[in-house]
Amino acid sequence: MSLNKTDKERVKAFWSKVAGKADAIGAESLARLIVVYPQTKTYFAHWKDVSPNSPNVKKHGKTVMGGVADAVTKIDDLKGGLLSLSELHAFTLRVDPANFKLLTHCILVVLAAQFPADFTPEVHVAMDKFLAAVARALAEKYR
Amino acid sequence: MVEWSDQERSIINSIFASLDYEDIGPKALSRCLIVYPWTQRYFGGFGNLYNAEAIKTNPMIAAHGIKVLHGLDRAVKNMDNIKATYAELSVMHSEKLHIDPDNFKLLADCLTIVIAAKMGTAFTADIQAAFQKFLSVVVNALGRQYH
Repeated sequence: MSLNKTDKERVKAFWSKVAGKADAIGAESLARLIVVYPQTKTYFAHWKDVSPNSPNVKKHGKTVMGGVADAVTKIDDLKGGLLSLSELHAFTLRVDPANFKLLTHCILVVLAAQFPADFTPEVHVAMDKFLAAVARALAEKYR
Repeated sequence: MVEWSDQERSIINSIFASLDYEDIGPKALSRCLIVYPWTQRYFGGFGNLYNAEAIKTNPMIAAHGIKVLHGLDRAVKNMDNIKATYAELSVMHSEKLHIDPDNFKLLADCLTIVIAAKMGTAFTADIQAAFQKFLSVVVNALGRQYH
């Protein structure tokens, strides 16, 4: 299920449309993750305020989406390009990779809600494949 | 037994009360067939599924999408007993249709995304949580009688 030329073109084209709202998309996606999948809050026990509208969630959502934006620029070599991020997730954060799928789903829901006309089924499948590839690259160093 | 808060019941009833089945049904099913192409294995007799455009305009798929979406109506009316309500449907999906139950989740995810696109910002995190909880109970019930 690797990215073909059409997938990459679709991801880059769609991303150029939504990049301006990346921070808000990130904040919204992370907020939904902790509300819809409360078990994910276990990774944020060190935050006093884990409510969906908290400054921590907004800031972290922005960080995560920054990573996604970066991944778009490295779409031709995600494993190589995301190497240090993979090491971070594998050795320091140790987020169970199952959670990447949950966050991916939340990101797709936010994209659909905010860009209903542009988030066509064709764009949806390209973005889903892309985020799955990013997740695989992030999990690369786990074991 | 699944516990539903008053708010969750209200959310589910509200979504289905204002649902345009003829619009959402076809969109959800066709999106599933496009985003997860292996699901097309169950639609061998449905005509041209050759590309996304063909799937989106296929009238048999559209009709089937409406039928599947209406299939959720009984769950909405029997939220406290979805498992029993769908026992027969589960047997049918297993023994007659031979659908891998993992596919139910794929369709549920596509339906969530189509509803999100329709409702926009009105599809809040709380509403998403309630809707996904409802769909996961349905998905569970449909897979329950497989053996």
